[in-house]
Amino acid sequence: MDVNTNYDVIVIGGGPAGISAAIEAYNANKGKVLVIERNDSLGGILPQCIHNGFGAINFGEDLPGPHYAHRYETALRELPVDIMLDTMVVDLTPELDIYTMSSYYGYQHYRPRAVVLAMGCRERTRAQIRLPGTRAAGIFTAGTAQRLVNIEGYMPGNEIVVLGSGDIGMIMARRLTIEGAKVLGVMELLPFLTGLRRNYVQCLQDYNIPLHLSTTVNKIYGERRVEGIETIKVDENLDHVPGTEEFIKCDTLVLSVGLIPENELSRKAGVQIDVRTNGPIVDSDMATNVPGIFAAGNVTAIYDLVDYVSKAGEIAGFSAGRYAASQEKNHHEGSRAIRIKPGANVGSIIPQQIFIDDLGDRDVYLSMRPNSLLERMVKVELDADSEPVMSFREQYARPAEMIIRKLKPRDIEKLKATETNELVANIS
Amino acid sequence: MNQRNYDVVIIGAGIVGSMVARELSKYELSVAVLEKEADIGMGQSTSNSAIVHSGHDPEPGTMKAKMNVRGNELWYQIAPDLEIPIENTGALIVAVGAEEQSGLYPLLEQGQKNGVKGLEILTREQVLEMEPHLSPDVTGALSTPTAGVVDAFQGVLGAAENAATNGVEFILDAEVRGAVVEDGVLKAVETSQGTFSASWFINAAGVHSDEILHMVGDHPEFEITARRGEYFVFDESTFRVSNVLFPMPSKKGKGILVTTTTHGNTMIGPNSDPTGDKEDHSVTESGMHEILEGAKKLVPMVSPRGVIATFAGLRASGNYKPDGHRKDFLIEVSKAVKGLVNLAGIESPGYASAPAIAEYVGELLRGEGVSLKEKADWNPKRHRIPRFKEMDHAERAEIVKANPAYGRIVCRCEEVTEGEILDAIHSPIPAKTYDAIKRRTWLGTGRCQGSFDYPRTMEILARELGMSMTEITKKGPGSVFLYRQTKEEVV
Repeated sequence: MDVNTNYDVIVIGGGPAGISAAIEAYNANKGKVLVIERNDSLGGILPQCIHNGFGAINFGEDLPGPHYAHRYETALRELPVDIMLDTMVVDLTPELDIYTMSSYYGYQHYRPRAVVLAMGCRERTRAQIRLPGTRAAGIFTAGTAQRLVNIEGYMPGNEIVVLGSGDIGMIMARRLTIEGAKVLGVMELLPFLTGLRRNYVQCLQDYNIPLHLSTTVNKIYGERRVEGIETIKVDENLDHVPGTEEFIKCDTLVLSVGLIPENELSRKAGVQIDVRTNGPIVDSDMATNVPGIFAAGNVTAIYDLVDYVSKAGEIAGFSAGRYAASQEKNHHEGSRAIRIKPGANVGSIIPQQIFIDDLGDRDVYLSMRPNSLLERMVKVELDADSEPVMSFREQYARPAEMIIRKLKPRDIEKLKATETNELVANIS
Repeated sequence: MNQRNYDVVIIGAGIVGSMVARELSKYELSVAVLEKEADIGMGQSTSNSAIVHSGHDPEPGTMKAKMNVRGNELWYQIAPDLEIPIENTGALIVAVGAEEQSGLYPLLEQGQKNGVKGLEILTREQVLEMEPHLSPDVTGALSTPTAGVVDAFQGVLGAAENAATNGVEFILDAEVRGAVVEDGVLKAVETSQGTFSASWFINAAGVHSDEILHMVGDHPEFEITARRGEYFVFDESTFRVSNVLFPMPSKKGKGILVTTTTHGNTMIGPNSDPTGDKEDHSVTESGMHEILEGAKKLVPMVSPRGVIATFAGLRASGNYKPDGHRKDFLIEVSKAVKGLVNLAGIESPGYASAPAIAEYVGELLRGEGVSLKEKADWNPKRHRIPRFKEMDHAERAEIVKANPAYGRIVCRCEEVTEGEILDAIHSPIPAKTYDAIKRRTWLGTGRCQGSFDYPRTMEILARELGMSMTEITKKGPGSVFLYRQTKEEVV
């Protein structure tokens, strides 16, 4: 099989991260760029997200998902960038060998000069939360239910219980209600909401759908189709409270129990994964540990807002384009690397490393996932040897909402002024 | 309803029924298999540990012991012809502590009496070298090198497809509801798909084999209790073991084991929970806890992380004790009615025994004077659906060139292509449900558990079977996925 070495940058995945990565990879150097998308259209998950809430940051508008995707797709299609749809990357090596499969193009082998990983994420399933009960029809992840309703045009059930208060779960509770189903309730294991507050108000409250916190599904009934579920309360240690079981008759259980970055290809290529984000460890270029492999979007960590996914894609794409064009492979030479570690009340952070002397005009977005619920004004601090280097305030810290800080020139100056190689992010 | 007539009707298309079907397909006989579910192998045959046991465990002199040892031998002969994934991994019965260690010798002796080859007691060092993940507390093990792992569904499918290719009819969704006995002869059975008459009936009805017996007034005292066993399946990247690892057996059975399947996923289980309900395949919180704790005793690194699937299987645990104290398979030509062979209470090691049971059914029928004339054109071979995931680069390039449907990957985690799904739908025993495709292609069994492939697989099924999306089921009547179109009027 011949190997195609014509491309400077290949972007794996044509969702929001991949599209903006491809645009910026081209803009960086006007090189040859290819986007490989396994679906038959671009946009990733956005075409099925027909609700609004996209684009506030990047367009200053409140757009539905397909509209947001369309704007980026239009911009991409104006450029001489190649796009292969309905094509799946089945292998990626540390030497940047890419093998793809497609009905139309057949089995292909590429070796570009740089790769951007933009494979997004997948939903956690029933098995990952070890949900007891039968294996009947009528158990869907929220994303699958969303695809069935919004793209295929079919109703997965009539009487529905949603497990998990993630955003897609709440949005689907509303969507299924609008389409004539009865959503009997949203169960949340944790004592607080795991999705955005605005979705609670607009999707549950406005439609009289009850939310049950500290409650989970204990058992699924029905051998062939779901016939009901048993719920149970949990205590502060998330242990079941015996005696609080309740049977709810329903035909469908929708699961919104979290998302996991999809990194099977990254692992094949030897990309190092952060156990906190479940995504590649990236630096301020969105570069991974494997030379020439960059990553952006939900493949690196789960984002709440697509606008920031697009921005991360831009950084990764631009860096990949620049990398592909440069003869000098280690372009960080001479720059100090500052590692950034999560500290108090911070679950994870990206990027995990900043090349402070090599930022050029590139933006750096520090994206932090709080791991505690603090409903008050909080201070976010970056400390070197327990001494604050920079800090800023936020209205609150919620696990459901990433705290994102675009570093300002004075922030960067402060970081440059230190001599540290490690910063710890704390929320207090 | 119409009445159909055969020389032999087999009740149940599990591993026993399918192996018997294949055996009888060698001869000039008209044979039909009746299966109550929408697909073959829906019962205990495919929700078990998927192990070809060596035969060290049953008590010497029992049918269990004889059939297991012979079945083990036959499996390795038959599997290549039928392209059934099988691996002769060997098994270790692991002892922890002095008491268990001394228990290894009676086990060895029992195995030798049963005629199991290659048995050997290994030292702690030998065991840990073979299986580095084992607990450091291990003191030794009985090695049973003839044991192996098999793809449980492919085993049933291989035998059944081969039988079908050789002329056996498989009738699905055909539940036996009554028997027609005249003058002490079983003449026919009534099913949800009409009446089937035959000269001989083979009762291979698994957990329901006692009900068939009772329909004809045979062995009224015989009863099957369904004992549920729960399992965890881990992602391929978690950890692997080379041998099947058993704890020391107890009264409850062979115990909670650790095995790496032919698919490369490590699996732990089963516990043993007498449910009574023969259709209860649910997984319980306490059961899951029990198997985790049980497996940890053998392999301390076992943790819930990396679990991609849980399932429960039912064992057809009979109460047949021909000598009054040892439980055994009930394998005999019925003494109550003429024209019936019972293969009842086939619990573990039933899967391993199945080819031997099939061979024995041939002997029983011959003994009853049935003329078994060999077919001149009997084909011993069966070909599996090609598996894209297991192909190398050149094979992949080749197959997509030959048929572009193999280029469209429907299931991302397990890399199952549309070509494989089409093959499954148009196979000798057609896959007509989502689960039937899942079991033939392994689609939807990976990390995302079908989240991505559901819509596309349903579309392909609907297109190929000329059905609407709302008629597509997970596993037959009563298990539809979709209720209506969104813009359909709700009545």
